[in-house]
Amino acid sequence: MNWISVLTQTLEQALGPSAVIYCLAAIGLNVHFGYTGLLNFGQAAFMMVAAYSLGSLVSKAGWNFWLTILVGLAAAVVLALLLGVPTLRLRADYLAIVTIAAAEAVRLVLGSVTLKKYFNGQDGVFGFTDSFAALNPFNSSMGFSFGDNTVSWRPYQFFVIVTGWTVVAICCLIVFLLMRSPWGRVLKGIREDEDAVRSLGKNVYSYKMQSLVIGGLFGALAGFYSGLAYSNASPSDFVAETTFYAYTILLLGGAARVLGPVVGAIIFWGFLSGLDLVFDKLTGGGDPILPAWIMTSSQASLMRLIALGLVLMLLMIYRPQGIFGNRRELALDAR
Amino acid sequence: MRKRLTAIGLLLFACLALVLIAAPAAGADVAATASSPSAAETCKKPPQRDDDTIHIVGCLTDTRDDPPSPVEGVKLTVVDEAGKKVAEGTSDATGRFDLKLPGTAFDVLGNTYTVEIDPDTFPEGSYLTNPGDIKNQVHIQIDTDIAINYDIGPDVTTDDPLWDQALDNLISGLFAGLLLAVAAIGLSLVFGTTGLTNFAHGELISFGALAAFLFNAELGLHTILAGILAVLVSAAFGFGQDVGLWKPLRKRGTGIVAMMIITIGLSIFLRNVYQYFIGADAHQYTDYTTVVPWEIGSVSITPKDLLVALVCVIVLVVVSLAVQLTRLGKATRAVSDNPALAASSGINVDLVITVVWTVGTALAGLAGFLFGLTQGLDYQVGFKLLLLVFAAVTLGGLGSIWGAMIGGVLIGLLIEVSTLWIPSELKYVGALVVLILVLLVRPQGLLGRPERVG
Repeated sequence: MNWISVLTQTLEQALGPSAVIYCLAAIGLNVHFGYTGLLNFGQAAFMMVAAYSLGSLVSKAGWNFWLTILVGLAAAVVLALLLGVPTLRLRADYLAIVTIAAAEAVRLVLGSVTLKKYFNGQDGVFGFTDSFAALNPFNSSMGFSFGDNTVSWRPYQFFVIVTGWTVVAICCLIVFLLMRSPWGRVLKGIREDEDAVRSLGKNVYSYKMQSLVIGGLFGALAGFYSGLAYSNASPSDFVAETTFYAYTILLLGGAARVLGPVVGAIIFWGFLSGLDLVFDKLTGGGDPILPAWIMTSSQASLMRLIALGLVLMLLMIYRPQGIFGNRRELALDAR
Repeated sequence: MRKRLTAIGLLLFACLALVLIAAPAAGADVAATASSPSAAETCKKPPQRDDDTIHIVGCLTDTRDDPPSPVEGVKLTVVDEAGKKVAEGTSDATGRFDLKLPGTAFDVLGNTYTVEIDPDTFPEGSYLTNPGDIKNQVHIQIDTDIAINYDIGPDVTTDDPLWDQALDNLISGLFAGLLLAVAAIGLSLVFGTTGLTNFAHGELISFGALAAFLFNAELGLHTILAGILAVLVSAAFGFGQDVGLWKPLRKRGTGIVAMMIITIGLSIFLRNVYQYFIGADAHQYTDYTTVVPWEIGSVSITPKDLLVALVCVIVLVVVSLAVQLTRLGKATRAVSDNPALAASSGINVDLVITVVWTVGTALAGLAGFLFGLTQGLDYQVGFKLLLLVFAAVTLGGLGSIWGAMIGGVLIGLLIEVSTLWIPSELKYVGALVVLILVLLVRPQGLLGRPERVG
C-alpha cells in the first residue's frame, strides 16, 4: 500500500480545479454572509446561470466566448435582483428559504426535458471551452516534486488552476478594498445591527441588494470555472450540496476574513479527497483492511460526506469563527 | 457546560449506533409483480420459426372480459422511416397478429419502424385502452421478434378529457397535500417555539420511512406494525435530538443562524448515514405492493391511498384539537407567541420545546412512512420533500400550525393540478414560484400574524 500517493493525490485535489471553483463561490458567500449577514443558500443558482449562459450561448448559438462571459455576469445580476426584491426586506431566514427554493427551481428548469433543445437536459452543455483552451501556453504536464514524488496536473488542468488562482487573488484584493472602504463598513454595520444603521439614515435595502449582486458576481465566476474545468456544465454540478460545501469552506476558513475562503477551500478539498483516498485504500483490493461486512467500497465513498456533515456541525458548535476568524468581530447571529 | 457538550457528541454516536443495530446486511429488493391472467385459447403462441427473419408479433385482447377475450380482424400496418408501408396484417381468431419485416434480420437490424393500428377496424364500441398506442415506434436492435400487445377497452376519451384529468389531479393533489400537511407541522412548530428553520427536517421524514422499512424488510414485521414502531422510534429520535443537541445549544446561547447551519450539517450527516446503510436503491414495503384501484365514475382510487389520506385527516384533526384544547397545546401556542412572556407566566418553556420536537419528529416520521407506503422510499425521500414542506409552511405562515396544514394541502393541490398546463417534470417549480410570490405579496403567509419582519 502506497500511502505517499495518498498525500500527493490529496495535494493535487487541495490545489486543483475544485478548490478554485469552491473558493470563488465561498468568496461570494463571504460578501453575502460574512460581511452583510445575508443567508444566501442559493449560490449554486448564481453559478448555474453563469455556466449555462456561457455553455449554451457558445455551443448552441455560436456566440463569442468573451461576450458570453459578460452575458453570464449579467444573468447573475438579474438573478440577484429577482431574489432580492421579495426577500431583502424580510427576516434573514426568509432569504435562506427563498434562495434555496430558487436554486432548486433554476436547476429543475435548466435541466428539464422541455428545454432539452437549449440545455441538453441532464447531460448538460459542453463544447464551449475551445476559445479558452486556445490560450493555454502549457503543453506538458506541470507541477512540483519533493523527493521521488511528484504532484502534477495535465496541461489544460494546470492552465485552469493557474488562471483560477489568479482570479481568486484578484477577487480577494477586490473584497479587501471593498470592505476597507466606507461602503464595506456600512455592510458590516448591517450585519451587526440593521436598525442602528437604518437610524443613521442609510438605505439598508439598497446596501443589501448591492451586496447580493456583488457576491452573486463572484458566484458567477465560480460557475464559469466549474464549466471550464470540467468542460461541461450539468444540473448535477449545481445541487444544494454545492452551496453547502461553499458554506463549509467559508466557515472553515473563517467568515468575514478576506483569505478565509482560500484557506478553507484548500483545507476542505485536501480533507475531503484525503479521506476518500484513505477509505478507498482501506476497502479496496483483494484482501481489504476493513472487511466488507463493515464497509464496502461504495460505502467508503460516503464516509467523506458523513465526516463533512459532522465537521460542519462541530465547527459551528465549538469554533463558529472558523480557523482564522475573529469571534469578537463576527457575532454569528443575524437576528 | 462541558458535560452538555460531550452529550452532543454522545448523541451523534448514539444515533449512529441506533441505525447500526437495525442495519440491513443487504437491502432486500421487493419487486411488485403484476399478475397477468392467462387464457387458454387467447394469444396462442404460433409454432417456433427457424428462419433468418424478424417479425413483429403481438396480441389484441379485450380487457373488459375476464379473462381477456381475443379481438379479431383488426388491421395493422408497419411503416419504415421513409414513410413506406413495408408490412400489414390482421389479428386472427386468437387475437394474434404476425407482421413479417421484409428482408433478412441483417437488413432490418438498426432500422426504426412505426407500427400503426387501424381503429376503424375495431368492433363497435371498442377503443384502445392507451390511446397513445395507435402509433408505436420500434427500434430493431437484436435479432429477435418484437412483441407488442394491445389492450382494448371502453372509450376513455368520450368525456371531456381535461375535466376528467383535472378531477384525477385534484384528488391526487389532495392526497399529496394531506401528507405534506402532516410532514409540515413539525417544522412549523419548531420554528414557532424556537425560531429555528430546520434544514434537517427532510431527514426526519426519511427517518420514519427508513425505520419502518428496516422493521418491515429486515425484521419481518407486518408493514402496519412496522409503521407504528417507526413513529414511536421517530418520537424517541426527536426527543433525543432535543435533549442531546438542541437544548444544550440553546442553553449555551448559540445564535439562530449558527443553529441553522448546524441543521445543514446534521442533514448532510444523516442523509449519508442513511445511504451508508440502505444503499442508493429505491425500496418498497413488503405488504400492499399490488393493489386493485376502485373505479368511482371516471376516477380510480386505490384503497391504500384512501387509507393513507384518512390517517392524515385523523392525525390533523387530533393535532388541531390537542393544540386548541389541551393545557400543553395552549402552552405551545403561548411559547410560539412570545417565549419570554410565556416563561414569566409560569410555563416551562424547555419542556414545551422538548414536547414539540418529540411530537414534530413523530409526525414527520409518520408522514415519511405513509409517503413510503404510497410512493416507495429511498435514502433521500425526505430531502426531496423538504422544499415543498418549506413552501407549505411559508405559504401558510411560518410558525402557525393551522397555516402549515392549509399550506400543505394547497401546495399539494397546486403541484398536481398545475400538471394540466405545465410538464409534470416542472411541477415542483410551480410550488417554488408560488413560495416566492407569497413572500412578495404577503410575507407573513396566509395565516401568519402581520408583524414587521425586517
